[in-house]
Amino acid sequence: MKGTKWFALVAVAAIVAGALALTGCGSKAPAAGTTPASKAELSGSLTIAGSDTMINLAQAWSEKFMTDNPGVSIAVKGGGSGTGIAALINGTVDFADASRAIEPAEAASIKSKGGEAVTTVVGNDGIAIIVNSANKVEALTKDQLGRIYRGEIKNWKEVGGDDKPITLVSRDPSSGTYTFLKEKVVGKTANYATSAKLLPSTQAIVDEVKSDANAIGYVGLGYENASIKVIAIDGNKATVETVTSGKYLLSRPLNMISNGVPKDVAKAYVDWILSAAGQKIVKDQGFVPVTK
Amino acid sequence: MKDEPSRNRLGLGRAAARRAAEAVVRVLITASGWTAIAVLAAITVFLVLNAQQAISVVGLVHMLTGKLWYPTSTPPLFGFLPYILASLRATFVALIVAVPLGVAAAVYISEFAGRRVKEVAKTIIEFMAAVPSVVYGLLAVTVAGPLVKQIFSLTSGLTILTAGLILGIMAIPTIVSISEDALHAVPNDLRQGSLALGNTLWQTVYKVIVPSASSGIFAAVMLGLGRAIGETMVVLMAAGNTMTLTWSLIASGRPMTAVMAGEMGETVQGGLHYSALFVVGLTLFLITFVINLAADTVLERQRARWRR
Repeated sequence: MKGTKWFALVAVAAIVAGALALTGCGSKAPAAGTTPASKAELSGSLTIAGSDTMINLAQAWSEKFMTDNPGVSIAVKGGGSGTGIAALINGTVDFADASRAIEPAEAASIKSKGGEAVTTVVGNDGIAIIVNSANKVEALTKDQLGRIYRGEIKNWKEVGGDDKPITLVSRDPSSGTYTFLKEKVVGKTANYATSAKLLPSTQAIVDEVKSDANAIGYVGLGYENASIKVIAIDGNKATVETVTSGKYLLSRPLNMISNGVPKDVAKAYVDWILSAAGQKIVKDQGFVPVTK
Repeated sequence: MKDEPSRNRLGLGRAAARRAAEAVVRVLITASGWTAIAVLAAITVFLVLNAQQAISVVGLVHMLTGKLWYPTSTPPLFGFLPYILASLRATFVALIVAVPLGVAAAVYISEFAGRRVKEVAKTIIEFMAAVPSVVYGLLAVTVAGPLVKQIFSLTSGLTILTAGLILGIMAIPTIVSISEDALHAVPNDLRQGSLALGNTLWQTVYKVIVPSASSGIFAAVMLGLGRAIGETMVVLMAAGNTMTLTWSLIASGRPMTAVMAGEMGETVQGGLHYSALFVVGLTLFLITFVINLAADTVLERQRARWRR
């Protein structure tokens, strides 16, 4: 693992260095007096890093945009929201993808370098609460869910299920989703129960809930599938419709953070992402488009 | 007479060139040797520098004995005793698996196997060390996990036992190859002497050869232990990652390596959480350092004995 991380780090460094060199040359082209309206002449390169939740979405966007604009090259890297924002602070990327808001400390370090963090909401995500398909429980209230994750409710029979102990499944504390659920459900000053399994990926949560009849877990909308059961929270299940209408409680924005208001290629890219074509990809990837 | 000084000069020149080349090579080799030491020193300094913030804010004793790790709550808690215990539990299981298997395999390869079997077995065991750890992780989740779940009728197969079993298998190559070296280094006169006295091959092995190589075998076990305690991918995938403070082997746990690998990706760099992860790293580094040092000392003692 350590080896893999270092290799990834070196690879990222190489890509970032290469991309920076390209940006240096590329971004001069639009500045040289070409009209922004002539889309065919758009050229330059962008480097994007951040949230693993958003990585597939970010890849899909960049591939489509590069096909439409052959002069543009976009490099996308994962690593996590924090990693992306750290790269933005260090000036090695144009955008940080983040499934959480930028922390005050992070915004301050960008400011201290003479910049300013600008957040653009590029999509929405709903967090579905999932259980094993053999579980009888169909719905929970937000309060019950909080008590389950705090370890106060330990048996399914307390919420209308079988007399079985609850297995808590969660992401690890570095995940934006973990933080999101903690603030929304577990409580700002309370904590997840010590018995919660902190799994390294969303897919691992799906697999564990699939194999453990007593498990409860949480995943992004895009991970819902027939092998697990989504339960309703305060009367609503997580679907594209309930998230769009704002009825579903556990939804959050997906952000692209830049240093200063995006210009040139970066602006063209963000504008395209917010257009109908860009938002269609959001939907295709299992997330919820932003409504204007 | 005329030629002599020139020949002399030529001779001198050649010798000087050879000396110069030797000096250059010596400097290069010395530098390589020192580089390794410098890198180790740099790693230590790097760990300490990054860990400093958390040590001074939270306190080392507080972290080592604290039972709750909530790095993102307010106020954050950074006690990682459950994780130290989880590392120990997983390593204990690994040793139970790896020591008997590894030592027995080494004895077989060194003393009983024929030449061809010996070569094939050694190659295969060395290949085990080359399998990427993520592949072992997949084995743990898909094979060992369901097995443990079924045998102990648990609700989940992600336990310390699952991870420990696979860690044990991963430590086998280290234990086999170093134990085999130690057994191989036992002087042949001991072997022949014992056989000449009428002992059978098995009596010779367990009364003479294994005791003679015991310190080498001990060192092999320690190095295997160092391998198991530092392994990350398998425990991250298979140990279940709970904070529960328990000695139970069929419960989940979150070893120190899994904490670092799982959380480093999304922390605010330079923040308190980031620094606290370095304290975990430093603790693990010191543990493996001591283990390796002990193994090395014992190994050196045995080498010195046979040199006499």
